[in-house]
This record gives sequence, C-alpha cells and structure tokens, in this order.
Amino acid sequence: MSRPTDLVQGTLDLLLLKIVALEPLNGWAISQRLRQVSGDILQVSDGSLYPALHKLEQEGWIAAEWKASENNRRAKFYSLTRLGRRQLEKEAANWTRLSDAITQVVRLEEA
Amino acid sequence: MRIEHWLYTLPLRLRSLFRRDRVEQDLDDELNYHMERQIEQYVAQGQSPEQAGRAALRAMDGVTQRKEECRDTRRVHAFDDLAQDIRYGMRVLAKSPGFTSVAVLTLALAIGANAVVFGILNALVLRPLNVPRAESLYGLQRNDAHFGMESYRNYLDFHDRNRSFESLAGYSVTQAGLDTGDNPSRVWVVEATGNYFDVMGLKPHLGRFFHSSDEHGPNSAPYVVLSYAYWHSHFSDDRGVVGRVVRLNKHPFTILGVAPKDYHGTIVFFFPDVFVPLLNTEQVEGYSNLDARNVRWVFQTLGHLKPGVTPAQAITDLNTIGGWLQTQYPKEVGAMSFKLVPPGLYGDYLGRPVKAFVAGLMLLAGLILLAACANLGSLFAARAADRSREVALRLALGASRNRILRTLFTEAVMIALMGGAAGLAGSVVLLRWLSVWQPVARFPINIPVTPDTNVYLAALLLALVSGALFGIVPVRQVLRTNPYQVIKAGPGGAIGRRLSARDLLLVTQITICAVLVTSSMVAVRGLMRSLDAEVGVEPRHAMLVNTILRMAGYSGEAMPGMQRRMIDSMQAIPGVDAVALVTMPPLEMGAPSQMVYKDETTDLRPSNMVADALRYSISPDYFQAARTRLLSGRSVTWHDDQNAPTVAVVNREFARKVFGSTAKAMGSYFRMRGTGRVQVVGIVEDGKYVTLTEDATAAMFLPILQAPSNETWLVIRSNREERQLATAIQANLRKLDAGLPYYMQTWTKELEGALFASRVATVALGIMGMLGAMLAITGIFGMAAYSVSKRLRELGIRMALGARRQEILQAGLGRALKLLAVGSAAGMILGVLSTRVLASIVYEATPRDPLVLAGVIVAMLFLGLLATWIPAQRALSLDPLTLLREE
Repeated sequence: MSRPTDLVQGTLDLLLLKIVALEPLNGWAISQRLRQVSGDILQVSDGSLYPALHKLEQEGWIAAEWKASENNRRAKFYSLTRLGRRQLEKEAANWTRLSDAITQVVRLEEA
Repeated sequence: MRIEHWLYTLPLRLRSLFRRDRVEQDLDDELNYHMERQIEQYVAQGQSPEQAGRAALRAMDGVTQRKEECRDTRRVHAFDDLAQDIRYGMRVLAKSPGFTSVAVLTLALAIGANAVVFGILNALVLRPLNVPRAESLYGLQRNDAHFGMESYRNYLDFHDRNRSFESLAGYSVTQAGLDTGDNPSRVWVVEATGNYFDVMGLKPHLGRFFHSSDEHGPNSAPYVVLSYAYWHSHFSDDRGVVGRVVRLNKHPFTILGVAPKDYHGTIVFFFPDVFVPLLNTEQVEGYSNLDARNVRWVFQTLGHLKPGVTPAQAITDLNTIGGWLQTQYPKEVGAMSFKLVPPGLYGDYLGRPVKAFVAGLMLLAGLILLAACANLGSLFAARAADRSREVALRLALGASRNRILRTLFTEAVMIALMGGAAGLAGSVVLLRWLSVWQPVARFPINIPVTPDTNVYLAALLLALVSGALFGIVPVRQVLRTNPYQVIKAGPGGAIGRRLSARDLLLVTQITICAVLVTSSMVAVRGLMRSLDAEVGVEPRHAMLVNTILRMAGYSGEAMPGMQRRMIDSMQAIPGVDAVALVTMPPLEMGAPSQMVYKDETTDLRPSNMVADALRYSISPDYFQAARTRLLSGRSVTWHDDQNAPTVAVVNREFARKVFGSTAKAMGSYFRMRGTGRVQVVGIVEDGKYVTLTEDATAAMFLPILQAPSNETWLVIRSNREERQLATAIQANLRKLDAGLPYYMQTWTKELEGALFASRVATVALGIMGMLGAMLAITGIFGMAAYSVSKRLRELGIRMALGARRQEILQAGLGRALKLLAVGSAAGMILGVLSTRVLASIVYEATPRDPLVLAGVIVAMLFLGLLATWIPAQRALSLDPLTLLREE
C-alpha cells in the first residue's frame, strides 16, 4: 500500500485542494509544491498522488485541462471548480475544528 | 448541489465509458510526463540515466498498480462489467444458435401470448374512457338488474334532484336510416340528453354540439352530431357538412358538428355512428316513451361526481331519490337501489362476462409463461451443468462466484429480452389486426386494443421477470461448484441419478402443458359439435334480410302491407322454397322476452308469472323457412289478424313449463299483459335461442299480424347459389322501395357473428393449447437431447458390449419418457377438473368425453415421440469406436 501512513486520513484531499486553489498546476508540479511547503514532514509518495488527484477529479472538485507546461511540453493541469471550492472550505473548517480540539487536549495541564 | 455535481461528473463518466482509449492514453501521458520530469531531476542531481529511471519507478511504487488505482476512481465498473458480460453472453449465445433460437422462440411465444391478453385486458378493463377526468365518471346501475336501464321520467328526477353529480346525462341506442341525399344507409344512433357532450366535457372536432339550451320539448331539436369515423367514411372529411340537412328515418335533421376523433361513445367496444337529441326520439324510433315512467329505455345514465363527493355518498343520495320516487309513483316505480359502476363495460351486465373471460385468458397465458420458464429453467440448468468445467476454470482463475452468476444471469436476461422483443412485435401485429376486426357485421363492435405504453411496459416486465425466474435455476449449481473436483473429474463426470430439480421442472412443465392440451381438446371438440348442434333451425341454405320499415317512413297501417309485399316479392324469385318473416332469428343478440301467466291468474304481477318466455312474431311460413319441426297443431296463418282470437305456437319447453305437458298445452290458454288470453294452436320442437350452452328455454311464436313489429328479418330458403340469390333479393327490394335500407347476410355467417363470443373463447383456448403443445415438445426435446448427450460414452460402451437397440433407447430416453408419463397423467387429471369451468362457455364441453381423453393421451404420446425422435436417432446411430476413441 502506498497510503501515507503518517498523514492524517483525509488530509491529503485538503492539501491537494488547497495547493490547486492557489494556481492551476500539473501533477509533477503539485508533487514538488507539496514537498516544498511541508518539507519532509508530510510525506506523500508519487504513487499515492495520482490516484488521489483522479479521485478529486471524478468527484468534480477539480477539473483537468491539457496545456503546455513550464518546459513547453503537454501536461495535465488541475484547477479548482466551484464545487471544489466549497469542499475546500468545508474541509478546511473541519480541519481547524479538529486541530483546535486536539491542541486544547494537548495543552491540558496535568493537575 | 446534486445537479451541479452531475454537471461536473457526468461528462467524465461518459468519457470513461465511451472514450476509453482516449482516457487511457491521457493517463499514460500524465504519468509519463511525471516520470520524465522526475528522471530529469534525478539526472540533474548527478545520477546516471539508468539509476534515475529506476529511482523514479521506485518513487512511483509500481506504475501499473497506480494506474489501476486511478482507473478504480472512475466508478464505471458496473457498466464495464455489464458491457463485458453482454459481449461474453453474445459470444456464448452465438456459439450455440440452436439453443438460443429455441429459447428465444419459446419465450417469444409465451410473452407474445401474454402481451396479447394483457393488451385486451388493458383495452377493455384497465384503460379509462376517452373523456377528460374519466376517473370520476360513473354510470348508474340498479341493484335488482345488472344493467342501468331507466325510464326518461325517472332520469329527469334523478337529474334534477341529486346533489352528488355535477350533472347527469342519459342516452339510448337505436338504429335508423340516414339519407344524405342519394342512398339511405343504416346507422347506429345514440339518442342523448342535451347535456350529454357537456357532461362528458368534450370539445367538437368540427362545428358544435347540441346543448341543454337546444331542448324545447319533444321533437324540438332536429340536430345530428356525426362521429369522426362516420364523417370520415361517409363525408370524406368534408368540413362543409356543418349546417347541411340530412334525413333520419325520413325526418330532416341538421348536421351540427363532428365529435372528437378518439371518442366512440361510452361503451368501450360499441362505436355509434351519430348522436341526436333524445327529445327527438319519436322521429327516430317511430314512437315515444318520453312520458312513460314505467318503460325503462334510457340505456345508460352517467355523470361526473362533484369534487369531494364519494361514491358511497352519491349512492345514498340516489337511493333517497329512488325511495321518494317509489312513494310518489307506486304503480310505475318498483323498489330502487343503486350502485355506481365505471361506464365503459356497462356495469356488471357486460363487465362480468368480459372480466371473467379476460381473467380466464390471463390465467391460461400465465400458465404458458410459467411452463416456458420451467422449460427454459431446465435448459439453463442443463447448460450450466455442461459448462461446469468452464465455471470451475474461471473460479480457479480467480473470478468471484458473484461475477460468474452475474454473467449467467446476463445471458438469461438477454435471452428474455430478445424473446420479449420478438413476442411483443408479434403481439403488436396481432393486436393491430384485432383493432380493425369487426366480429359482428350487424353491430358496430370494435375491440380497440391498439397497444399502448402499458402493453410495452407489461411485456418488458414479463420478460425481465421470466429472465430472472429461469436465470435463477442454475444458481445453486454454480454456488456448489468445487473447481478442484470438477476439473479433476473430466468431461462427463458425475451424472445425477436421483430426482433433480431439473426433473421436477420438466414434470411441472409437462403437467401445465397437458392441462392446456386437455382444455383445448375439450374446447375444439365442443366447437366441432356446436357446428352441427341441434339449434332448432337449419341455417344452411338460407338468407336473412333485416329491415326496419320506419327507416323508409312505414308505420302503423302501412307496415303489414309492405311486409306482405316483401314476402310475396321474395317468393317470386325462382328457386326460392320458402319465405317468412320473424322479429329476430334465434341466437341473434337481444331477443325480447315476456312474462307469461296461467290462464286462471288474474293479478298479472311479476311474482305470479309461470315463465319468462322468449317472444317472436312470425309470418305463416316461418317454421317451414327456418326448418323448425312442428310437433303438433298448426302454424299461424294470415287469418290470425287483429280481428281473430289471439293465438300462439309454443315450443315444447314452454308447454312443459306452463301446462305440464305438450298434450295438455294444445288448445289451452295462457295470459300475458296487453294481449289477454292467448290460445296455443301449435307446438314446435325446442331450439337454442340465446346461446348454444343454454338449458331448454321457453319460447312462443305469435302471428305477426297480432303482434306487429317494425323491425323484422326475412328468412329466405333456397338452394340457389348465394351470390345469385343475393343479387335477385337486392333487385326485388329495390323495386319495392329504393329508399329502404336493409342488411343482408347468409344465415350461416350471421350465426357465426351471433355466436362470436363463444367462438372467440373456443379459438383462444385452442391457440393456448397449441402453444402448450409446442412448449411440451421443446421441453421434452431439450431434456431428452440433453440426457442422451450426457451419456454418450456410457451408451457407447453398452453398445460395444452388445446391448440391443431397445436397451440403448431404454437407457438413453427411459427417464424422459417416464417423466413425460407422470406429467401427462397429472396434467390430464387437473385438466379434467378444470374443464368443468369451460362447460359454461363451450358447447357440450364435457371432459368425460372418451374421445377427448383418448385425444389427450394420443396427443401427449405423439408429442413425446416427436420430441424424443431426434435424440433417439442420435443414440441409435452411435458408433462406439469413434466415441470411445475420442475420450
């Protein structure tokens, strides 16, 4: 299995939606960006990236378009759809709630 | 949200399904691009190209698997699998065209039969009338009679006093002569109350309808509305007919308009030609019962319930008015209580027999479908057994049982759909033909069974259900398959010796078929007998001519003279043996009856009557012309006129019922309302008067001069060739009065029409029986062929060891024949029990008829022989050498 075991379940979707929301990118660029922004903490293997992207596409959250890439070759670029934006807001809110809750628990002082 | 979701995803799904190559190519390109960039990056970091390639592959963790994961996200698996199953099924079915065609044909017959019967049920019972808001349209029916006849006076009171209906309309049906200028023709007339079309909520196709506002007392509204069909056929769609004056029974009527195209009156299968206001009944019928409260002649009263009024409330309302009428007019009005019925089948009067008939047909058709499913089920089970190696192999290669079942099921459903489509196509042809068929020449009876969506849906549903039924049979077999054992055992392994589900299916099927064959034999035998049944008349070599003299303006005093002239004129035709008039020949629909009282009875109320006898008026030579035997006494004469004492000739049953015996009847008297004492002067043999299956019925024949009738039938007996005779009759009638429309038919043909209901039933039964027989053949054939092919090797060895022919046959076919015998016996017993029901439809339908029983046995044996012939030949022509070498 190529699932990112150390990645909280479901957060990969959030990350991808967020990255694509910033600007339309191709798969390779997304993988670079992921590595860039999260350093080595969030390890997403190349293998699990594409099935995840295809899933988001099939859900209608991101749309794909073939365009010339930065080195002038044809590549598949993904961009966020209206549906995707809504999904992103939802997941982001969820994430904030979850992380807030966990932070609070972690910060509890031992009596 | 959902819609927007589909907006984005539907194109993707469609692309995944139909542009599969393109989608795959994109996936390849996308991953290749990634790999190339990755390799470039690794190379830039200082790795050799080979190292970089391997590292990129490693990073991807298996490109093929990742691709498969991407494909999994497309969510079109079900479709893909289905498409695959269908392709596979087509290949498999195409590989065994014999099996496929037998299966499809079997189902086509069964589903076709069901679709036709359902089409009839749909048209006559299920489909609402062709009027707006048909669901709230109800007809009135009296509880004491099963029909809705009412007097016009009573109708008016119900119309004025009820608070449940939006409005009540009424109408009566009659025949009239319509003269449009050149040649008068006979039309069927609906005499309707002024509000009729408004109550129906109809809009005219052309011109206008008549309304209540046109009614100003008797004969005040000489208007006629044409039915679309009559306008089309007699006025060639001429839009200028509105305002034209035509003559109806010699009275001028103005054409107001044309009814909508799909409106045929309110009785489902009775298509009237024209509509006229009821108030003009005297002009149309020659007399008027508008003021007679005790004469129930308004055929149907009907209307829409007001919104919010339930049928129960309406009935209470009507019963209250009925009670009031009874207290108000005790002499004319009896007890009244009502029931509301859908108008299309005229309540229970027609509804009951029609529904019973259609239900019976439905049952038979259902049995046929069941037999077909059993048949196909056993075929499929046999095939599944033959394919056990294939199934085992697929299981061993990792297919899930679920998937294999789905494949087999897809095959079953494909066959079902093909059979259903073929059957439906056949039934549509048959139904279209039925729709234009006019079974009874004299009546405008049509069976409007043009198939609609309901029929198509029903056929589709039946196909799917039967596909599921016979597709389910091999399920257990597949679930139990153990791939290891099956593949080890090799071909022809494991022959089931005990009674299998397959055997049970075959026995069931043969039983059902035997039931059908038995009942069709009974029906056919009855039909054959009815052809030369003793009906008390001789229909062969006789011509019938129906006339209604008022159509040409004859009435009162002018009538008997004209009738006499008609007889004389016919008599003058060379080759004519006898001519007579009768009000209605026996077995013709709608013979009137009258209550008969003993001579000593003075209070002529219904409860005191001794018989309700059919009543015919005849001219002197009637018995001679009809070939009815006069047992004693004399026939009526031309001297039995208005001035002579009233007399009658009665049949034997009348004599027995009223007087006790024929001897006591001769010369004795009886009484009827209106005629006083009537003397019996002659006695004739019993006949059949209403149906062939009726019990002996009392009938009386009155002299036509004493019981005159405007409508009569000429019976012209002659051995001359039909067409010549018809031409001569036509010429002579012209000479008498060219303006008199008439209807002519040979008696034999007329009788066929009159008895069409029972004939149709008989023919339907016969066809069902034939279908049953065909199913039996394919079923037994399938079973026998299968059992022979399964045991080829065993039979070969037996043969090689010197077995004789009958031993081979015994081994190969014994089982099939045994099952056939068991099934036939069971079916025959059931058939004999069920044919009791037939006795009411089919003439002399008795299952204890030795000829029928013998016929069934012979038929089933013959079917068995026919079906096992090919397998038997195959078994006998075995060459043990080739066979054993092959294995």
